[in-house]
Amino acid sequence: MKSFTPFQLIVVLASALILLFIIAPLAGMFVATSPADLFETAKDIEVQQSIKLTLWVSLAATVVFSVAAIPFSYLLARKSFPLKSIVTGIIDLPIVIPHSAAGIAILGFVSRNSLLGKAGSAIGLDFVGHPAGIAVAMAFVSLPFLINAARDGFSAVPERLEKAALTLGASPSRVFFTIALPLAWRNILSGLILMFARGMSEFGAVIMVAYHPMISPILIYERFGAFGLKYARPVSVLFILISLAVFILLRMLARNKEQKPVHHA
Amino acid sequence: MLKIDNLSLSLPGFHLKNISFEVADGEYFILLGESGAGKSLLLEAIAGLNKIHEGSIKLKGKEISNEKIQQREIGLVFQDHAVFPHLTVNENISYPLKHRHLTAEERSKRIKPIISTLQISHLLNRRPATLSGGELQRVALARALVQKPKVLLLDEPLASIDSMLKSDLRALLRQINRDGQTIIHVTHDFDEAVSLADRIAIIDNGKIVQTGTPHEVFSNPVSGFVAHFAGTRTFFRVRIERKHDLVTAYPHENVPITLNCVTNSDTGYLLIRNEDILLSAENFESSALNNFEGIVEDIYPVRNGEEVVVNIGIPLHAQVSRESAEKLGLQRGKTIWVHFKASAAKLITV
Repeated sequence: MKSFTPFQLIVVLASALILLFIIAPLAGMFVATSPADLFETAKDIEVQQSIKLTLWVSLAATVVFSVAAIPFSYLLARKSFPLKSIVTGIIDLPIVIPHSAAGIAILGFVSRNSLLGKAGSAIGLDFVGHPAGIAVAMAFVSLPFLINAARDGFSAVPERLEKAALTLGASPSRVFFTIALPLAWRNILSGLILMFARGMSEFGAVIMVAYHPMISPILIYERFGAFGLKYARPVSVLFILISLAVFILLRMLARNKEQKPVHHA
Repeated sequence: MLKIDNLSLSLPGFHLKNISFEVADGEYFILLGESGAGKSLLLEAIAGLNKIHEGSIKLKGKEISNEKIQQREIGLVFQDHAVFPHLTVNENISYPLKHRHLTAEERSKRIKPIISTLQISHLLNRRPATLSGGELQRVALARALVQKPKVLLLDEPLASIDSMLKSDLRALLRQINRDGQTIIHVTHDFDEAVSLADRIAIIDNGKIVQTGTPHEVFSNPVSGFVAHFAGTRTFFRVRIERKHDLVTAYPHENVPITLNCVTNSDTGYLLIRNEDILLSAENFESSALNNFEGIVEDIYPVRNGEEVVVNIGIPLHAQVSRESAEKLGLQRGKTIWVHFKASAAKLITV
């Protein structure tokens, strides 16, 4: 039998503890939830609506903001400009600040008195208490995941390929759409999935902007506050299960579309 | 038709200074220099990927240094071919035609003769990751050629190719040039330059130090750098005769030089490195097949001894130590024997 050195034992033990730390609370919650409770919760209209809302608003936020975030990532990967390191730092800001504080900041940004709020009001859109406001809050905290992943993806595309495309008569925009974007697509897609996931799970920023309509993380919080742990648990389990199903599905779709190994030599 | 005049360009760590040369229509022009001499930078500047700071680039009389890359009508094949990995061979080759509003028929009309010359018709549906280095280079060439560039720029096109396939690809490049394509080819490989070039420019440290036909450049190197690059001073155009297994090169009708190689060519260039030539006061029996009597035409000190020019009907450059030169009593006008092995006489066919 293979023998371990003390150090290897410590490493294995540490790994096992960390893994257990992640799995145990989730497993405990699943075990404590009876199938009957889960079934009842799944039939609850309020729960159904909140899960639907969470999924589509996060998806919409991801899609809408990616339109600008992906070209921005390309710029970050390809160009050097003054104060670039500061810009890079600013992108990570939403990750490091408390999300409730981010929510307060966004509330000020989209409230009726703000410029954006007034512009929204003019076309009959009130961000506060509206899915549009929820989307803004979700995007704020989840954009860094997309931008960083996409930037890494674009950086990994050899610049020579783009130069070659230019000498073959392609315009810069054609180079972007036919060379850079397809070659960085795997990273971008995983960035999109991360952004979507992070947006869905956001609580702190969203609750400041919109308590209603209720996204699932807020519904879980409300059930807990109003009825206690027993009633919050099935909603949590259901939401986790659906999130997992969505991610597995997205990953599978991404894998099916995956190119053959990229040859950078 | 392509005229580079006083081109200067600086990038961090790289400078090109007052580069001037002209390439005629249909010419095969080689820029020869060591790695880091600025050759690739120069090609990228001609293609428009690097902006020049001074000077001009004229194509058929028209100034193009401020033209967009897309409008320069110059093709560039990168050293590592830069074939798009996510597109099939066919998609790669059609890439330059996609935005030209050609009909499918016109497209295939352009592509067909090129893929047949380059012998890649059978690869069209393959992905680049499944191709060999030589095949990738052919795909990159085809892709550059379908846009019918006025000048084709090649950056070390043979550097990443197995030596077995190099001669095939050289023949192909010659063929493309014979079909009328003007080519500027950058390399650090002396043999490649001699075997392909109509004219050569030697580039050293961001400057062009000499331009001319291979024969002009290597027979009369203007600087130590050029001579060193050639690694030889004995350089002749030769006629080749084959009798049975014996290959003989004639740099001069009365000077038959026995070679140890196989060739089907009738002409070529002959190179003999200075160090490979042996001098003696009298003829003697040895394994060397090439033994000639000649007259010392010149003798002068070089870094590691004396360089001796012996005329045997053609001038041969030999290098000997100072001690040997004294022992043999070498001086101008002295009759002396020259010996070198058949394998020391290197043939570059063209």
